[in-house]
Amino acid sequence: MKTHFLPAIKLTILCAILFSGIYTCAIWGIAQLSPQHGKGEIIEIGQAFTSDRYFWSRPSAVGHNAAGSAGSNKGPSNPEYLAEVQARIDTFLAHHPGVSKSEIPADLVTAGGSGLDPHISVEAARVQVGRVARVRQLPEDRVAGIVQQHTEGPLVGLFGPSRVNVLKLNLALDEIK
Amino acid sequence: MYTEILGLVLMYGLVILLAIPLGRYIGKVFSYESTWLDRIFDPLDRLIFRLSGVDAKKEMTWQQHLVAMLVINCCWLVISLFVLTNMAWLPLNPDGNPSMSGDLAFNTAVSFVTNTNLQHYSGETGLSYLGQLTLMLWQFISAATGIAVCAVVFMAMKEKTTDKLGNFYSFFVRSATRILLPLAFIVAALLVFNGVPMTFEGKADMITLQGDSVQVSRGPVAAFVAIKQLGTNGGGFFGVNSAHPLENPNYFTNIVETCSIFLIPIAMIFAFGYVLKRRKLALIIFGIMTLGFLLLLIPSVISEINGNPAISQMGIGQKAGSMEGKEVRFGAAASAYWAINTTCTSNGSVNAMHDSMTPLTGMFALLGMMVNSFYGGVGVGFLNFYIFIILAVFISGLMVGRTPEFLGKNRSRRNENRHDHCLAAPLAHPGRHGLVELSVCRKPNPIRGMAGQSRISRFQRNALRVHFGFCQQRQWI
Repeated sequence: MKTHFLPAIKLTILCAILFSGIYTCAIWGIAQLSPQHGKGEIIEIGQAFTSDRYFWSRPSAVGHNAAGSAGSNKGPSNPEYLAEVQARIDTFLAHHPGVSKSEIPADLVTAGGSGLDPHISVEAARVQVGRVARVRQLPEDRVAGIVQQHTEGPLVGLFGPSRVNVLKLNLALDEIK
Repeated sequence: MYTEILGLVLMYGLVILLAIPLGRYIGKVFSYESTWLDRIFDPLDRLIFRLSGVDAKKEMTWQQHLVAMLVINCCWLVISLFVLTNMAWLPLNPDGNPSMSGDLAFNTAVSFVTNTNLQHYSGETGLSYLGQLTLMLWQFISAATGIAVCAVVFMAMKEKTTDKLGNFYSFFVRSATRILLPLAFIVAALLVFNGVPMTFEGKADMITLQGDSVQVSRGPVAAFVAIKQLGTNGGGFFGVNSAHPLENPNYFTNIVETCSIFLIPIAMIFAFGYVLKRRKLALIIFGIMTLGFLLLLIPSVISEINGNPAISQMGIGQKAGSMEGKEVRFGAAASAYWAINTTCTSNGSVNAMHDSMTPLTGMFALLGMMVNSFYGGVGVGFLNFYIFIILAVFISGLMVGRTPEFLGKNRSRRNENRHDHCLAAPLAHPGRHGLVELSVCRKPNPIRGMAGQSRISRFQRNALRVHFGFCQQRQWI
């Protein structure tokens, strides 16, 4: 036991210098060369959009708190959770006359994993086009065109889902004079 | 949906493609053969051993390996307890987060030192950056411990002797510097260029488009996430782990992080084939593990893609699958894929909330955790599988009435206590760090005085004999 004690302490200190110190600093150095200088892409953080003027973001279990991320972690058959989903459906239908239930994509009535999901599905953006166009008094084609422009396809056109970044989309809307 | 499935195929293919050369490399590292990274790491290792006063050439018995491993783990526990309970006044705390209470610190320290990474705190508010970097250190070296112990078992299976099983410190340092460090470096570099933060500044303030002011937590995330994934650690930097848009910003980072989860676990199987010069056996083991993995994976993916039936009943279209607790940029398929990967390898990181998944996925995720050897954790996954092999050899030995043998090694009555441990092991579900595994590896003199354990397993053995006797009587076998 004794023969192992001193080497263990020394080895731990050396590991701390190497892994917590040198490795961390090296990655920090590399990060300075990146486009965001290691500060993170804040535009990738989902924001709350509840106004009718904007495309809505997904519901969040933590009210889009970017300093305390969390999902709901509610089970799929939890009655309390299903009541919450029903309430979201009702709210959505009230704000979107003419849209039928089956047209609402699931991502607009369920909360994301982080509570900060920056994206909505393409269907979720399309279903909101009518409302946004009406409130902003823009032709629907124009709003649909902006959605089309801000649709991010799968990675290299092959891998993963298509999606729309809600913040970028709404920024583009605000730029229209 | 088609592109989502294609994403899964890409992720699996990529891992196999990378794991084969990596396994060869790991095999060389354990066999002390020369590799092209020696030029950097030979001097580094020598320096580490000189400064720490370790004689890396001294061969150890399994008992010495055990003591060396326990002592160094104890040392880590004490350091983490100190840092976690004193974070408030220690440096690198720009957000002014408080110190942990004693019980929470103990829970966190034990969980990170043992590579478990159970988190009863949320990273944004519960840890300072110093706390994060301390936990990151354990993510490196607890994973290295797992790989080192696995290397010892490789040696035990290979060598003719039982008291010359290499040197624990040497295996440990080689695992950390030559396997984990270069890989973590590459993964972290890929992440920072894709928007994962790596900064020591505190929270960023921003005003949202609707005029709310919001604070965004940041930190040295990229370095942490890389080793979190590679070392099958799993403890996230942020509360929601890799579901967070800054911890896993897009589908590309999701591919990198998912592949990192089971790259080393698969490579360890190929390393086994290389070290023991039994490539065919390694392929058989790989095949069995893959079969088990796919049996868990495929129904889970299908179940998530089909969505939550309770929501379908409400009349909502679920074209994208079950989306509660999942992020749109990954989609249902890649979330289910991650869920099965992370539980099969005892990683534990998430990119979606598992509690909100459909019941079948939840069940298969649990099963993956219990088996813990469909690839399994780095090092320890193979060790767990080794226990299953020994069990199978022992049982088949009873069935055909021959002395059980594996790799030319006699599993006879003389070593019967070893079987006792093996039989007891799946019942006790060994922790991640292989105390039980160490005792099943070849040992010259069996542990005596474990009366309770051997009584249980003697009962099991007798039960098996009765069972097989019964079957033979009825001419079933």
